[in-house]
Amino acid sequence: MTAPYIGQSVKRLEDRRLLTGAGRYIDDVKLPFMRVMAIYRSPHAHARIRGIDLAAARALPGVMDAFSAADIDMELPEIPLRLAPFQGFERFLQRPIAQDKVRYVGEPVAVVIAEDRYIAEDALDLIEVDFEPLSAITTIGQAAAGETLIHEDAGENMGTRYTVGRGDADAAFAGAAYTRRERFVTNRHGAVPMETRGLIAEFEPGTPLLRLHGATKVNFFNRRHLAAAFGLPETAVELIETDVGGGFGARGELYPEDYLVPIASRRAGVPVKWIEDRRENLTATNHSRDIICDLEIAATEDGRILAMRGTVQGDMGAYIRTNGGVVPSKAAQFLPGPYRVPAFSCDVQFLITNKTPVGTFRGPGRFEANFCRERLLDMMAADLGIDPADIRLRNLMQPADLPFRIGELVPGDPDATFDRGNYPSALNRLLAEIGYDDWKDRQGAIVDGRAHGLGIACFIESSAAGPPESATITVRADGRVEIRTGASSVGQGTETGLAQICADGLGIDMDAIDVFHGSTTLVETGGGTFHSRNTVMAGNATRIAAETLQRRAVELGALRWNCEPGGLTYGDGGVSRGDEGLSLAELAVFAEARGERLFADASFDNEKKLSYSYGAHAALVAIDVATGMIEVVKYVLTEEIGRALNPAMVQGQAIGGLVQGLGGTFLDHMVYDEDGQLLTGSFADYLLPTSDGLPEITAIALEESPSEFNPMGFKGAGEGGIVAVAAAVGNAVSHALSAHDISITELPITPDRLRRALRAAGA
Amino acid sequence: MTGRHRIVLTVNGTAQDCEIEARMTLADCLREKLNLTGTHLGCEHGVCGACTVIVDGAAVRSCLMFAVQAEGAEIRTVEGLADGDRLSDLQQAFHDNFALQCGFCTPGFLTTAEAFLTENPSPTRGEVQSAISGNICRCTGYVPIIDAILDTAARRRGDRT
Repeated sequence: MTAPYIGQSVKRLEDRRLLTGAGRYIDDVKLPFMRVMAIYRSPHAHARIRGIDLAAARALPGVMDAFSAADIDMELPEIPLRLAPFQGFERFLQRPIAQDKVRYVGEPVAVVIAEDRYIAEDALDLIEVDFEPLSAITTIGQAAAGETLIHEDAGENMGTRYTVGRGDADAAFAGAAYTRRERFVTNRHGAVPMETRGLIAEFEPGTPLLRLHGATKVNFFNRRHLAAAFGLPETAVELIETDVGGGFGARGELYPEDYLVPIASRRAGVPVKWIEDRRENLTATNHSRDIICDLEIAATEDGRILAMRGTVQGDMGAYIRTNGGVVPSKAAQFLPGPYRVPAFSCDVQFLITNKTPVGTFRGPGRFEANFCRERLLDMMAADLGIDPADIRLRNLMQPADLPFRIGELVPGDPDATFDRGNYPSALNRLLAEIGYDDWKDRQGAIVDGRAHGLGIACFIESSAAGPPESATITVRADGRVEIRTGASSVGQGTETGLAQICADGLGIDMDAIDVFHGSTTLVETGGGTFHSRNTVMAGNATRIAAETLQRRAVELGALRWNCEPGGLTYGDGGVSRGDEGLSLAELAVFAEARGERLFADASFDNEKKLSYSYGAHAALVAIDVATGMIEVVKYVLTEEIGRALNPAMVQGQAIGGLVQGLGGTFLDHMVYDEDGQLLTGSFADYLLPTSDGLPEITAIALEESPSEFNPMGFKGAGEGGIVAVAAAVGNAVSHALSAHDISITELPITPDRLRRALRAAGA
Repeated sequence: MTGRHRIVLTVNGTAQDCEIEARMTLADCLREKLNLTGTHLGCEHGVCGACTVIVDGAAVRSCLMFAVQAEGAEIRTVEGLADGDRLSDLQQAFHDNFALQCGFCTPGFLTTAEAFLTENPSPTRGEVQSAISGNICRCTGYVPIIDAILDTAARRRGDRT
């Protein structure tokens, strides 16, 4: 494939090593003298620790050490808030290991270091902990009632609570011709990447140096806090990225283990590896999504929205971790969605319960908000006798409404502004693609014994939050061109995308480029990978670096030829003067002879101006009323992404996100019993989408509205596939079964739940 | 429990000699003793399929098999699929179809599909979906994986070049 690469479905640079088994994930890294650690985790949701006996574990042959909080000779730091750090959360932060109490099943209590994992896990069985069980808070209602306190010092189970809004919602409701209120529940589930988390720490106290392998996502933030926790200068802490088996928001945050593994290495004096097993992963890695939303809408008789108001209650789990209040706060912020909603008010509550802490998962808050709002819009459309597509087209913001300042819908975020776009165009494209006009009158039709329904949903989705991102391009004397960036890769193809941009920027072949990312040893600074920001932030930084490198090449060419730079031109991977040319490799050799290097540093800062991708989803379902089995027959989505760097990779994000969303809608569910035990602690119980029963999928990336906030026009493309799935499917199922008065308000939608509702309706 | 056993097995055409505990899984033996880390562990309870290897021609979950059970077996792992520097047709089809993102599940899909295509060289789309329904991928949504396997089958039959 030849230039220009941008906009082409260039094959991925990452693939060869991953296809041949030569990838290097964290569990593939082996260091000399390395030992393995395993973690004894709380079997109780809520209990006081009366005593811990590690003697038998320590005595087991092959065990080097076992320790609990009491054995650790440093102040145990609080895991910091990285995002949405609302006041009040400081009372609910987690420390790396339980001290007097455990507050969720899976909380670390003790650590064993051994020769291998088999012995380490044998030793875990020998640990005796004397627990005094306490009653567990497992629902938002129990948490709010506050009869049992999870963090006694806080005096309540309310992490924090605030109200946000714009306009006078109550006045709008008082005068409205139509109002409706509903309660929606979204299911607790999580990212569940195929590779569980894992780390290797090498702590060399003499040097001093802490090297942590297996890092990803936000390495520079994590380095700062780890350095502070261990009393080291930042430069003495190195975070090294390996191949990563999926992130989806959950991996790469600071977790208890990011402290425990270095502590273990420091105690043992050798490198220590920890690999999370799947059961640990399901109780130790952040959960997400778990909200209850009471949402009310006010409109005119002809279906024009006057106001929305509501309450979002998030089940935050036992501690507030690095993601702070992102999930409920973003759910509240995105409740009005891409529609004209003149007045809005939302009471947002963050409840602490005895469950695994909550963090981000692809489309945090958006998946939830879209489900609530889009279901309510369909109910309103039915009440008012208006077609669901018409009611959306009637209320969507028009291009002339944009840019639109949405108001301070997250505390401390006063300038959030939807950038330019054409929301109706994305919906109209969807309607045309699915053949909506043919479908309008067939809702609920019984075909081959199954009830059919078509649901649609619109979404808007922010991308590319700050901080700035770095990129450095260096030309080596052998002609290889290196990109180094602070952005991480979690498996989404970052190396390929940045190489495409660099190759076009320098007029060189992509095969000449090597991409190094993430690790703190490679670059001075970096923003990291989240919020669909890599292509926008690292992509534009790479572009700027390439432009700077072109100028530097011209300067070097002028020195080489002893002429003015004005007469030289850059093109096709080199500098030319008339018929003469100097390649980048020759210029790099020349630079080296001068004691210099041919390189360019760049940083891209979008000054926190977010680009909003937007679009619409449609799901066509067929339901066996007798069994409650639902088949998604066809799925279409449109997503405006500004500009597609690599259409096949964009398609991969959309389809991958959509299928993950089908899981969140039908399958993924962290179920707890009343004692706070996780009942879905293995893949036999926690269900994920598989390859059978996939719908026919059409994912259309629109490039009609390039972002104004970055020179390359990109908008994030990583989350639009997932954010409106539950919304569209919920609508489709409700349409299919409207004859039975079934209205979906709770996720997941399962055959047994559906059958229960149908049975109650006499079907 | 600490009794050690010596086993001889053939991995990717090479005879291997390992001394292991009876309780060591085949997956751990491949990864830890033979340093073949291309076989990945995603759940260690036989559901996700990431650790699939081909044992005497059949796709097997190496996390559910003890290494001692592989005594004398012919094993093929992801490392044994390519012909030197040249990707196998199946690997190439995964590359061409963007059938991997993070790549963690990929070795299990490749080995599962390789064994399946030997058994059924002319599968329907539905048969491919069913054949890989015991392998979990969180990135791709499966569609390009199914396409890649169908492409490979078609190429092997000579329907496509």
